[in-house]
Amino acid sequence: MNQEFIITIFSENNIGLLNRITINFTRRKMNIESLTVSQSAISGISKFIIVVNSTKEKVVRLVGQLEKIVDVLKAFYHTNDEMIYQEIALYKVSTEYLFESDEVEKIIRDYGARILEITREYIVVEKTGHKEETQELFERLNQFGVPQFVRSGRIAITRDPIERLSEFLKERDALLSQMD
Amino acid sequence: MLTKSISGSHAVILSLLEEGVTTIFGYPGGAIMPIYDALYDYDKRITHILTRHEQGAVHAAEGYAKVTGRAGVCFATSGPGATNLITGIADAMMDSVPLVCITGQVASPLLGTDAFQESDVVGISMPVTKWNYQITDAEEIPEAIAKAFYIAQSGRPGPVLLDIAKDAQFQKLESFSYKKCSKIRSYIPEHPVDPFQVEAAAKLIDAAKKPLLLFGQGVIIAQAEDELKAFIEKTGIPAAWTLLGLSALPSDHPLNVGMLGMHGNYGPNIKTNEADLIIAVGMRFDDRVTGKVSTYANHAKIIHLEIERAEINKIIKVDVPVLGNAKKSLAMLTLNVKPNSHEQWVQEFRTCDQIENEKVISKDIHPEKAGLTMGEAVRLVSEKTGNDAILVTDVGQHQMVASRYFKFKRSKSNVTSGGLGTMGYAIPASLGAQLGAPDRTVVTFVGDGGFQMTLQELGTIVQNKLPVKIILLNNNFLGMVRQWQQLFFEKRYSFTELQNPDFIMITNGFGMPAHKVTKRDELEAGIQKMLDHNGPYLLEVVVEKEDNVFPMVPSGASVSDIILEA
Repeated sequence: MNQEFIITIFSENNIGLLNRITINFTRRKMNIESLTVSQSAISGISKFIIVVNSTKEKVVRLVGQLEKIVDVLKAFYHTNDEMIYQEIALYKVSTEYLFESDEVEKIIRDYGARILEITREYIVVEKTGHKEETQELFERLNQFGVPQFVRSGRIAITRDPIERLSEFLKERDALLSQMD
Repeated sequence: MLTKSISGSHAVILSLLEEGVTTIFGYPGGAIMPIYDALYDYDKRITHILTRHEQGAVHAAEGYAKVTGRAGVCFATSGPGATNLITGIADAMMDSVPLVCITGQVASPLLGTDAFQESDVVGISMPVTKWNYQITDAEEIPEAIAKAFYIAQSGRPGPVLLDIAKDAQFQKLESFSYKKCSKIRSYIPEHPVDPFQVEAAAKLIDAAKKPLLLFGQGVIIAQAEDELKAFIEKTGIPAAWTLLGLSALPSDHPLNVGMLGMHGNYGPNIKTNEADLIIAVGMRFDDRVTGKVSTYANHAKIIHLEIERAEINKIIKVDVPVLGNAKKSLAMLTLNVKPNSHEQWVQEFRTCDQIENEKVISKDIHPEKAGLTMGEAVRLVSEKTGNDAILVTDVGQHQMVASRYFKFKRSKSNVTSGGLGTMGYAIPASLGAQLGAPDRTVVTFVGDGGFQMTLQELGTIVQNKLPVKIILLNNNFLGMVRQWQQLFFEKRYSFTELQNPDFIMITNGFGMPAHKVTKRDELEAGIQKMLDHNGPYLLEVVVEKEDNVFPMVPSGASVSDIILEA
């Protein structure tokens, strides 16, 4: 059964690695729903967060293949309920609607969104949350017209009390010292 | 080693020398000219083999790697030179062959401008390399080459590619010093063997009544041939090889029960589904081995000794994985198991052999019909070389026949394209194999289809006086496809019949002696003449046009549904 999985990849920060990672998805005809790359808490190590819709079996196999990549340190997969995750969305709305009625203001309040910028022509609204929430806000605001809308890739951290990467790196250091 | 102010190109050659490279296969061109210019100064220490096509260079490097166990090295220029390597690199990726491919690239200011002979080789080769890297600064050269050799040759080996921009080849390094790579933080080539996994495996082995061991090329790569032999001899467990596992155990070892897979032997295929324990060593359950996965080895518990974690549970669910180097894990396993024998169970394989012998083998090797068979040619060549030659095969019917009927005494004696099934592999691979094993007899079987894909490399063989013996098994068809058309497409022979050239004249044109045999009473003398000839030689054997390879596990069928005749 297909469900959403969050794949977290820790890697060295090398050119071309993104491509090497994504071809593993393309090859298996798996669509990437969202992708974020950032520095991890450990300096020099990048963190990829990739969301896919697939079966557990395929995801397990994929993660195995991702770990084969020379520059990849470790890859994990989680279901949504095993992680805390957020996305951020920006919306551009014409300023006139703010003056015509209090409806737009009310929507922004209800959704816990905030206004980043107000100009004579438009306002920019920001909302963080799960995709369903940012999407819902889009639909509400779009009654008035949203000429520009953008949503980020997902960012996520585990519910584990420990950072699994630091533990993994400790084991890795031990392994590497055995190789001397 | 510290040398002052040398060019990037010299650094490339010096780095290769540091890695012990003595042979390079390649083809020059614009973007790699500085490296070729540097190579000119090292002709005493490095043999460069100029192939006639870059595909020839990469397959030759594969052949060299397979018989030596060391990385094959090849050079090509940018653009088409580099793209011509791709088939061979993909082949090496599938078959875990260590290669270091070095390509020239346009000068770094031209990158991404569609410059003459520019292609994104790093991008193109990414899915088919274990690792690749583009060098735009000469200072990176020694470290990148050290890393390339380490990655190519360690763990599960594979091809790597270094793409070196032309300006980096000209650029002077401040100083040259070379340090071999021995570890990379993000890459653990082999995990230490877990004694608990070994113990769990030993328990299953001691309890098994009908155990069957399947071994692949992992045994050869790990140089675990002696450990494999010790293990099966202590436990009395019959062992079957995959196509790439051929020669890891002598053919005549009493516990060698033959080849697995689609055109493998009857016994190991049938018995896979009767076994109560499968011990897979250094093999990856390729679909040509497993047939229908859902019915594969359903009565058996599975132990998998494997170096690559991603291969465990990839195709077949494993009960006890033993992660690590097979040389170590097999040795540990042998210590942990009780001595045993399974005479009656082994005897069942011999009974299967008798059936296969009656229905298939005797007809192939001692045919009663007039036309020559591939099987009789293969067996005769094997016998006349003392069953101790290196076998090189192309892809198709002749490959399966040769794998079935050629016999081996020594490991690293089988050079073939398994996973990718690359037609055109054999002729260039044979020249690489001969260079890698100059003291051994290299016999190459090739079909009339595959021969015409890379026959230009006859020129390379002649120029370098490599005494390769080529047996061209000519049935005037793309035989394997024709066989499938006959069996599964109602004999609709869609574009499989060839109008062939005069192969003898072509071979002679390259300056290589050749002889054609069409009748049985000429065969033995023909083979003898070929083997007696001091130098390269081609023997064309005209075989039956519509012979089929049996046994056969039809595509999508279970291994126990193997058929012995049509």
